Amino acid sequence: MANYYTDHPEIGFHLNHPLMKRIVDLKERNYEDKDKFEDAPVCYEDAIENYKRILDITGDVAANIIEPNSEAVDQEGPHLENGRMIYASKTYENLDATRKAGLWGISMPRRYGGLNLPNITFSMLSEIISAADAGFQNVWSLQSCIDTLYEFGTEEQRQKYIPRIAAGETMSMDLTEPDAGSDLQRVMLKATFDEENNCWRLNGVKRFITNGDSDIHLVLARSEEGTKDGRGLSMFIYDKRDGGVDVRHIEHKLGIHGSPTCELTYKNAKAELCGSTRLGLIKYVMALMNGARLGIAAQSVGVEQEAYNEALAYAKERAQFGKKIINFPAVYDMLSRMKAKLDAGRSILYQTARYVDIYKALEDIARERTLTPEERKEMKLYSRLADAFTPLAKGMNSEYANQNAYDAISVHGGSGFIMEYKCQRLFRDARIFSIYEGTTQLQVVAAIRYVTNGTYLGIIKEMEDAINHVKEAANNDLHDFLARRLYNMTAEIIMSLLILDDASRAPELFAKSANVYVRYAEENVVGHHAYIKEFKADDLADFLAAEPEAAPAE
Amino acid sequence: MSLNIIVLAKQVPDTRNVGKDAMKADGTINRAALPAIFNPEDLNALEQALRLKEQHPGSTIGLLTMGPPRAGEIIRQGLYRGADTGWLLTDRLFAGADTLATSYALATAIKKIEKEKPVDIVIGGRQAIDGDTAQVGPQVAQKLGLNQVTYAEEILKVENGVATIRRMIDGGVETVEAPLPVVITVNGSAAPCRPCNAKLVMKYKYATCPMERTGEEPWKALYDERPYLTLNEWSVADVDGDPQQCGLNGSPTKVKTVKNIVFQAKESKTLTGSDDDISALIEELLEDKIIG
Repeated sequence: MANYYTDHPEIGFHLNHPLMKRIVDLKERNYEDKDKFEDAPVCYEDAIENYKRILDITGDVAANIIEPNSEAVDQEGPHLENGRMIYASKTYENLDATRKAGLWGISMPRRYGGLNLPNITFSMLSEIISAADAGFQNVWSLQSCIDTLYEFGTEEQRQKYIPRIAAGETMSMDLTEPDAGSDLQRVMLKATFDEENNCWRLNGVKRFITNGDSDIHLVLARSEEGTKDGRGLSMFIYDKRDGGVDVRHIEHKLGIHGSPTCELTYKNAKAELCGSTRLGLIKYVMALMNGARLGIAAQSVGVEQEAYNEALAYAKERAQFGKKIINFPAVYDMLSRMKAKLDAGRSILYQTARYVDIYKALEDIARERTLTPEERKEMKLYSRLADAFTPLAKGMNSEYANQNAYDAISVHGGSGFIMEYKCQRLFRDARIFSIYEGTTQLQVVAAIRYVTNGTYLGIIKEMEDAINHVKEAANNDLHDFLARRLYNMTAEIIMSLLILDDASRAPELFAKSANVYVRYAEENVVGHHAYIKEFKADDLADFLAAEPEAAPAE
Repeated sequence: MSLNIIVLAKQVPDTRNVGKDAMKADGTINRAALPAIFNPEDLNALEQALRLKEQHPGSTIGLLTMGPPRAGEIIRQGLYRGADTGWLLTDRLFAGADTLATSYALATAIKKIEKEKPVDIVIGGRQAIDGDTAQVGPQVAQKLGLNQVTYAEEILKVENGVATIRRMIDGGVETVEAPLPVVITVNGSAAPCRPCNAKLVMKYKYATCPMERTGEEPWKALYDERPYLTLNEWSVADVDGDPQQCGLNGSPTKVKTVKNIVFQAKESKTLTGSDDDISALIEELLEDKIIG
């Protein structure tokens, strides 16, 4: 029987990574849960065995339930009924299957009904579900919003909400509004304290909310009257059981039809404050977004894999000029690059997830006891690496997913343009990956300071003179203009190192991809390097599309 | 009311994906070349049992299977989905059973289980993909003197000691009522079985019958701490069975030869879309009783 996990041994290979021991030890804390919970592991090997088992279940659900439903879900999409969003009918089957399989509350501690899995395993599960249906992956993986509630909510809130997520209730993060997209500081949704009922009330509109009719929402709202920037924003929990939020519109989108995108109206909706006021954007949304970005990176890798699988199967089957098209250099050039990008992209996703795991697990331990100086140092190091790698993993994979989906259509030729073939759906689904949860351009912004401050430099000395050239120019526009190229160079070099490391440990799985990827990276890095070195600040004038716009008056 | 349900399940070679080496030279199944799986219609039956358990809190489900020690996997697959217990009938004396000897063994085991607590429902797949006989379920009912409903698609409800069941019949479906206790066999058109549950898999992943164990398992210390990791394993003697009615001894069916049948098109006709051709074809099919 098809299984997205066992059919792709490259995924399981990453469970052998040297950092896994540290991650599991931190996450399981001397395996103290083993006497309290029958599903808790008794040792490291047992924990890894559990991860494999859960990956296997997910691979089965993905291949035999979610994937077979994906075409119908894409065609039907969600619809609106009396202010409520109704999923495509097969989406309910998918939800039911993931609930019966117990794939909810993945990251939460067992005492709240969770599975206590690390981020690395969650990323693998996410990728597998996305390969089956990228739209459904959103609905499922938004459960990771619960991490933010766990980190910043009260014990009472944890006990109230986490078991519900572990039982399969869904989540959404209500951030964007008509005038606040990438620029979240502009959020206007109003939060006022209702003295009489001792609760907060939300009023206003949210737009482009993924899975917006979910059971439990995290909402960014302006609690400080008269403020205009991010420091007046707080985070709230809205429970659908309380009512007060209606869906007034569902967007018709190019792709990910399984994932409803809603416009919401809040009419005096009862809400609870999560954490402290004023920290909504600057602290909690940042935490939320880092998790969400990793989720999109995983979603992207799933589509990279599925696009490659579709292209490979077609190229093996289709004959022209008397032979299978996979034997033509122009075709295998495309296929080998698709696979190389997939393997390198997966490697940076998992590496990032491992960095996140170490610092998050230490952060969690710090809630119970003081960390040793060594632990504090370790937490700081991995936190910095996670922050540096997340925008690389999200930005590069979202672009690779688009490239692989594009190439999959190319391999299919004219058939790829016909709606009966899956590759057209992958192409439509992938397009949003490089836009939502921060566009690729914003990933560059997030990553570039780690390029110029030298975080990546420890491992990539050869980039030094290109970086110096940009730094010496001391020109902001030039810096921003060249940033994308520096970002690509950095990511491609880092990913080359990662795939080489994978290939040295498992040549049978990765040697080919490593050779292909390193050449691909070299071709690009040399080009970027030449471009940057030759670029002068005066050259910018040739590129300006419009007169510089004056900053709007405050 | 809470129900005591027994699911009859069989481990079978996966005959759905048969490769070149699936049959030995002597015409018998090459079991080594075919993966062993949970008989598909038995999974449909398990799903019906799990739904009853959800509707009737306090109900219990036990899987009863007969086979070599590795068939313990059938019980694990049940536990992974929400069953409570299981029994593996394993003994050399059970080997080589036809449907008569199989149903004797299962019925004898059910009688033993009943000594603890009366059984309300015995449910299994319509037939197994390796034999395709559909005889075992009805024979078990006969030996236990119970009502039986075959070709079931859905157990609609169980109320006041009566099960309401939708079953498939030629050209449609019918809904029947049967007083408990009852034996039900489930058709492949019933709802597919749910996936394994993550927590249950983690809990039961080392659950084994004693005969499946090598003694070298790194987790063997857990067997003493966690009794639910040791699955029930019964021999002919354990169920007070008559060895003469078990296995090869109790099987009147003797396989004489096995032939590989290849269908060949002997002649073909080309028809046009004309009315004459179509009515001639219909008449011919009616005469041959292919349609009617």
